[in-house]
Amino acid sequence: MNPALKLVAQRLALGILLLFLVSILIFVGTIILPGDVAQSILGQSATPEALANLREELGLNEPALQRYLNWLGGLLQGDLGTALTNGQDIAASLGGRLKNTLFLAFWAAIVSVPLAIFLGLLAVRYRERWPDKLISAVTLASISIPEFLIGYVLMYFIGVKLGWAPTVATIHDGMSLGQKLNTIALPVSVLTLVVLAHMMRMTRAAILNVMQSAYIETAELKGLSMFLIIWKHAFPNSIAPIVNVVMLNLAYLVVGVVVIEVVFTYPGMGQYLVDHVSKRDIPVVQACGLIFAAVYIGLNMVADIVSILANPRLRHPK
Amino acid sequence: MKTIPLAALIGLFFTGLYFLVAIFAPWIAPYGMAEIVGGVWEPSSAEHWLGTDNIGRDLLSRMIYGGRTTIWIATMATILSFVTGSILGFAAAVIGGWVDQVMSRFVDLIMSIPSLIFALVVLSVMPVTVPVLIIVMGFLDSTRVYRLARAVAVDINVMDYVEAAKLRGEGRRWIIFREILPNALSPLVAEMGLRFIFMVLFVSTLSFLGLGVQPPEADWGGIVKENKDGIVYGIGAALYPAVAIATLAISVNLVADWVLNRTTSLKGGRG
Amino acid sequence: MSDALLKVRDLKIGATVYPPGEKPHDIEIVHGVSFDLEKGKVLGLIGESGAGKSTIGLASMAYGRGGVKITGGEVWVNGRDILKTGLSDIRSLRGGEVTYVSQSAAASFNPAKKIMDQVTEASIRHGKFSKKEAEARAVELFGKLGLPDPENIGSRYPHQVSGGQLQRCMTALALCPEPDLVVFDEPTTALDVTTQIDVLMAIKEAIRDTGVAALYITHDLAVVAQVSDDILVLKMGDMVEYGNVDQIINAPQEEYTKALVSVRSIDHEEKVPTPEPVLKVEHITARYKGTNFDVLHDVNVELHPGQTLAVVGESGSGKSTLARVITGLLPPRSGNIHFAGRDLSAALDGRSREDLRELQMIYQMADVAMNPRQTVGTIIGRPLEFYFGLRGEEKRKRIKELLDEIEMGDGFIDRYPAELSGGQKQRVCIARALAAKPKMIICDEVTSALDPLVADGILKLLLDLQKIEDVAYLFITHDLATVRAIADSIAVMYQGKVVRYGGKTDVLSPPFDDYTDLLLSSVPEMKLGWLEEVIANRKMESAGN
Repeated sequence: MNPALKLVAQRLALGILLLFLVSILIFVGTIILPGDVAQSILGQSATPEALANLREELGLNEPALQRYLNWLGGLLQGDLGTALTNGQDIAASLGGRLKNTLFLAFWAAIVSVPLAIFLGLLAVRYRERWPDKLISAVTLASISIPEFLIGYVLMYFIGVKLGWAPTVATIHDGMSLGQKLNTIALPVSVLTLVVLAHMMRMTRAAILNVMQSAYIETAELKGLSMFLIIWKHAFPNSIAPIVNVVMLNLAYLVVGVVVIEVVFTYPGMGQYLVDHVSKRDIPVVQACGLIFAAVYIGLNMVADIVSILANPRLRHPK
Repeated sequence: MKTIPLAALIGLFFTGLYFLVAIFAPWIAPYGMAEIVGGVWEPSSAEHWLGTDNIGRDLLSRMIYGGRTTIWIATMATILSFVTGSILGFAAAVIGGWVDQVMSRFVDLIMSIPSLIFALVVLSVMPVTVPVLIIVMGFLDSTRVYRLARAVAVDINVMDYVEAAKLRGEGRRWIIFREILPNALSPLVAEMGLRFIFMVLFVSTLSFLGLGVQPPEADWGGIVKENKDGIVYGIGAALYPAVAIATLAISVNLVADWVLNRTTSLKGGRG
Repeated sequence: MSDALLKVRDLKIGATVYPPGEKPHDIEIVHGVSFDLEKGKVLGLIGESGAGKSTIGLASMAYGRGGVKITGGEVWVNGRDILKTGLSDIRSLRGGEVTYVSQSAAASFNPAKKIMDQVTEASIRHGKFSKKEAEARAVELFGKLGLPDPENIGSRYPHQVSGGQLQRCMTALALCPEPDLVVFDEPTTALDVTTQIDVLMAIKEAIRDTGVAALYITHDLAVVAQVSDDILVLKMGDMVEYGNVDQIINAPQEEYTKALVSVRSIDHEEKVPTPEPVLKVEHITARYKGTNFDVLHDVNVELHPGQTLAVVGESGSGKSTLARVITGLLPPRSGNIHFAGRDLSAALDGRSREDLRELQMIYQMADVAMNPRQTVGTIIGRPLEFYFGLRGEEKRKRIKELLDEIEMGDGFIDRYPAELSGGQKQRVCIARALAAKPKMIICDEVTSALDPLVADGILKLLLDLQKIEDVAYLFITHDLATVRAIADSIAVMYQGKVVRYGGKTDVLSPPFDDYTDLLLSSVPEMKLGWLEEVIANRKMESAGN
């Protein structure tokens, strides 16, 4: 078997194993901690009956292993359990929210990825000159402020002072695509700003690394034009690092979404998760945590697989 | 000692300033932390330089006390993350074998879940208190320190001068503390700056989400949460923490950069 | 003179340096160099590191690497000054009229593209040949350069062929567009000596057959003497001597050139073995953890007090592994080591402090053999403290003595390794080994990373110290000239076995076994026509067999 395919298969298997271990970790994370879960959910003033009822409902009287297996079995059949706070089926409430979150992340990615690669190239082209320095200064500033504050800064200046975009991003199914896009303009800009910095910096580093290779010098000494050097020699070797950069930043984007949804009261999964963390609704937290982790692991896995496939040493073994 | 570059001096000055203000907050703040001294969202004036907040507390005093809380939590979490991360990382590198394998794979596992998500999961069942926050943040972040410390130590451990020390018959203590540590210190100190910034952002985010520092205690993320409703009315009270966090983060970054550059210059030189 | 292909006049080259902690500033690295090269001739540019030879080579393609800028002078190629011509003219010059062969073909080939596409690219782009013609020419060149399977080697990727083969592919790449001039930048430096001779011959024949002119850049005068018509000697960016190859090799005028010509001509009388060897290695077989083949097979050697055993071999011969086994870093699978009249424990852990003290080691890369955070005083002082318990003034006095012995003053005592030159660093490492008052020192390629003149100094120092301290050396090297200079006995290693072992004179005198013969005959000698002689001999031998 081709070593590249073998490595890809291994990486896929590792991803599945990782997902399984993460499900254990998330489950353990919510039970192993000190104190009585029912008590911490209901507070100190809870009556013994209420506590007993909750324990029964959570299945706390069963052994932990049994509860985990029940939970995992449900997961595999698409049953995420029911929420403690309102008794609704979690899978049903999550469906629409997951769609909204992916909608937001998708548009943020559509804007930020090409922009980041373009600016990264620009920074390389004008290395050590003012465009490069400006870009790195903006990068430094934007990674020094938490996402939610960037959100409020934009909301304050663009939404309120200039009135260019709505400050609340509440979308619903009745809206047309245009209306939706207008509504999410601000959160998309914030997410773009947040990942842009990292992505640009990493793209710049990846391209510089390739451009400083000896084979680029060889190409220059063949008298090739700058365009040919980049297209024929730099580009084939840059795909893997750049795809890697993009995937890692999309993974980062998924986390950024959580906070930004809260800022703009966007009806997505992040807001749902944060709400239920405060309400200590454990089944919801477990389900959301696992879904976020799965997306994160999936994107990281894609990044690794692209690197494997792009490596000529693995694709064309001796 | 060579002269310190201007950028690093500015960084050192502001970092120092922030820490001094944090330490001496009760003497510097013009009003009490939770003291209601005026109307809701008063604009800035001679009495209240930054105006008042959503329930009429002096915003400058809130910012100063808030900085104290934020910096305190971030510092403690950084220390915790560094002590555990670097001790375990060095140990894994020097001992090697299955100890290294087990610890490294466990860290991989923890890092496959985004820190914020993991923190949210854990905080859904934990009482949200300052010590719990410090422990959760410090523990989650120690995985990153572990990776760096291990990588640095593994690099140094294969150097000929470490081999020379082993051939001389030196014990493990000398090798870790005299051969490896002095060479690993600078990258670790530079990383410490970055981790500290990350902690400030992390605790602010948690507080903003209502899962960090609990009111009436002030902290920068909490101030945003308390005053965010003013934004839509054009009241910028929630934005002051942005300025504070950004200046602190940039100053620490400048210092970290300088520390890192100093390291590389020692390895360079001629020959 | 006016019809010279390449005419360089008063060439000055500058570079921007970024010293740590200081502002970047410009310095001049080549200070006015002039030379001519006629069609079909070969000019050797020779000098030690920092001489500016590669920089001058690249300037003939109007190219500056990194922050390097050509600041003055003229470079005429085919009748025009390429420093004053436009970018499009320079592009047609590069890869068309002038081509380049770098030291590391492995890095210079694009890993993502097939060899053939890269070899023919310049010819096609410059419109010299059609794709088909270019490929036919490439195959012809592959054959001429002695590459196996010339028809198909082009369809491979760079990582699929060996280093020596890739270096020849790079030569094909440079010759493919039928250039007027090829710049060879240390094309054989990274190769083993038995591979070097093949590549060298291939290059020489290709130059002769195609009638191309060449600039041949190297630090090895013996190599350049084989391929050049003229030689230009450079030192720190200045021209030292410029003349035809015969004059430079046989009648050098300048002191510096004389020193380069007579390098490695240290005369060392072989000592007779003593009855009691200090080190006896018996039947050592060893392999690395996690591998399934032996790197050393049944190795037996002896080293006598106050003498030098040279272990010589090419990369992969197992010579460095032998050092690791003797030091205890790699316990062997079988075999014994006797040292100073006792059996040494196979593993490092089992050795006494006395064992460790009496057996010291010096490394190839002095840079990484010293902790950059310790001063010279600490580095040399630690063994004194560790083994002899010396402290304070007593220790300082001994450090000063040792610094005197390695011909460095006590002014260095508080310096850090980064402040020393390459040769000084290696001296400090020698002092650290001597501080332990060892019976034996393992020297692992200690001169390989140094310029020839500096390396000579280190070898002389080691010989002097051997007389004073009566210490034995196990000297590991790939360089036979070094072996001749300092060995008393020699072990030749090949693929993990000792293929020839004995006193220096015996080992270096015929009759030889095949490998030793190949190895000895491959070492370039400082005389004209050596390469042809060797090749002629080899052809005769193979015809005879």
